[in-house]
Amino acid sequence: MRYLPHTKEDIESMLKVAGQSCLDDLFNSIPDDLKITGSLDIPESLSEWELNDHMEELASLNIACKNYKCFMGAGSYDHYIPAVIPYLISRSEFMTAYTPYQPEVSQGTLQGIYEFQTMVTELLGMDIATASHYDCGTALAEACLIALRQNKKANKIAVSALTHPSHRQIIHTYISPSGYEIVEIPYTKEGLTDVKALEAMDDIAGIAVQSPNFLGNIEDLSAFKAVADAKKVLFITSFTESLAFGLLKNPGSFGADLVAGEGQSLGIAKSFGGPGLGLLAGTKKQMRNLPGRLIGKTKDANGDDGFVLTLATREQHIRREKASSNICSNNGLNAMTAAVYLATVGKIGIREIARQNHDKAIYLKKSLEMAGFESAFDTPFFNEFLMKAPEGFEQKRSALINDKCTFAGICVDKFYPELKHHYLFCATETISKKDIDQLAKEVK
Amino acid sequence: MKEINELNFSDDVKYSKSHEWAKISRDIVIVGLSDYAQDQLGEVVFVELPQNGDTLFKGDELGNVESVKAVSEIYIPVSGEILEINEGLEDAPELVNESCYENGWLVKVKPDDISELNDLMNKAEYLKMLKG
Repeated sequence: MRYLPHTKEDIESMLKVAGQSCLDDLFNSIPDDLKITGSLDIPESLSEWELNDHMEELASLNIACKNYKCFMGAGSYDHYIPAVIPYLISRSEFMTAYTPYQPEVSQGTLQGIYEFQTMVTELLGMDIATASHYDCGTALAEACLIALRQNKKANKIAVSALTHPSHRQIIHTYISPSGYEIVEIPYTKEGLTDVKALEAMDDIAGIAVQSPNFLGNIEDLSAFKAVADAKKVLFITSFTESLAFGLLKNPGSFGADLVAGEGQSLGIAKSFGGPGLGLLAGTKKQMRNLPGRLIGKTKDANGDDGFVLTLATREQHIRREKASSNICSNNGLNAMTAAVYLATVGKIGIREIARQNHDKAIYLKKSLEMAGFESAFDTPFFNEFLMKAPEGFEQKRSALINDKCTFAGICVDKFYPELKHHYLFCATETISKKDIDQLAKEVK
Repeated sequence: MKEINELNFSDDVKYSKSHEWAKISRDIVIVGLSDYAQDQLGEVVFVELPQNGDTLFKGDELGNVESVKAVSEIYIPVSGEILEINEGLEDAPELVNESCYENGWLVKVKPDDISELNDLMNKAEYLKMLKG
């Protein structure tokens, strides 16, 4: 949808229809003391080259991953963004703050979101996916609310302590005003969510487990599914790295009822940690409980395929206080980006990218071990893993950022005080063998 | 929507103000929606019902009916335990439109106190309410 300013001629012809002689007359119902007199308090306009200089000056204050070697993940991943993506998504039809939903003028956008939803269901092995949410944290909080609403007898949700710390915070923000409560499932010395501890938890409405978890380890989701079935509660899984499903079995094959995930890895820049892309998918049984927008395919009056908002009776403009959510916004542009990314890399490409991530992460882990780091767990991981650093590493790490443009992992003791001197390392396809060898040399 | 005299009102059920009907069958109560309610709703596309074994009090929300453009709550006209829900409605919610007193029933209830049904209206009283 295009937004064009009115020309002088446009304004005059509209005033004529309205029967007014000038704009001031049109606004004379507004009291004078509410109107701004004089000019707006904004700087003078800049010429194109002045503006370019100004923007470049501002941009140079930022650190961009393309100039750095990034061995950090923890929910935001440095992946290569193919050139076709910025080219396609910068089309003006997609560049709007508001997602246009009127089917008569928005078939392109609606089809784009429909394709996005379809690809998300295929990636995750689920029946139905929404038009997207702000990020994984908000999608996961919505999933927890679905479980809590369905189980009227319990007001607690069991969430793994190895769910991303920010996501646990977001769930808390969402559910605590409603009188609901999070119970945290502790983790074992293998770096995995403790199934035994979960079995002993009563009066819960659902179970939420992230895999790969925040410390990078791959959880045995079938064990949690079995507990969820025994307790007759919903099983929710989440993830922060979508590309893991190029290699790992998808959550649908483990019988997840709801899956919340972060889609930032699918062609979206890290941008200081946001905006991300919240993915939310469910089984057909959960269709009417899903929050937010859903796009469906239908036939128009001529029998041709068309796309529309569907199942809108879940939403607040119809359902009022009983709506499945009071947020109907989606991250339209980022959903479109993910759709372009998935269509670009395809089934074979995503497997190849996932393979590279995993192989490079294994090589990085071995290299760090040889450089004096100690593996925290002996548990399978995808592209990130936890290491106990040798003495004096923190200083080296700070120096690496300033002197060698390298981010050597993230210290996790801020989130897990018991894990002192433990660092979460990540390797993606953007990291080369040379980069890893160089890092190992620097940290030795 | 039809005129009231074009609608069908069964003689052997009792009606609530919120347009549910209740019928006593031996020692259980069957609950459904009246012809007036289904006609007002239009084409029903989904019916959400409680689970077997749930205990509800008279006037509690029993579930909701979704038509193409609206969702309406349904209320239970008698306190008791849900013995059976009409599972046929999952695949064929239109039964509520097509056969509201027979195949389109909603739930079977084991009533706590059958005398609660005395508060409901018979056909003549219900028609009087509808005609206002």
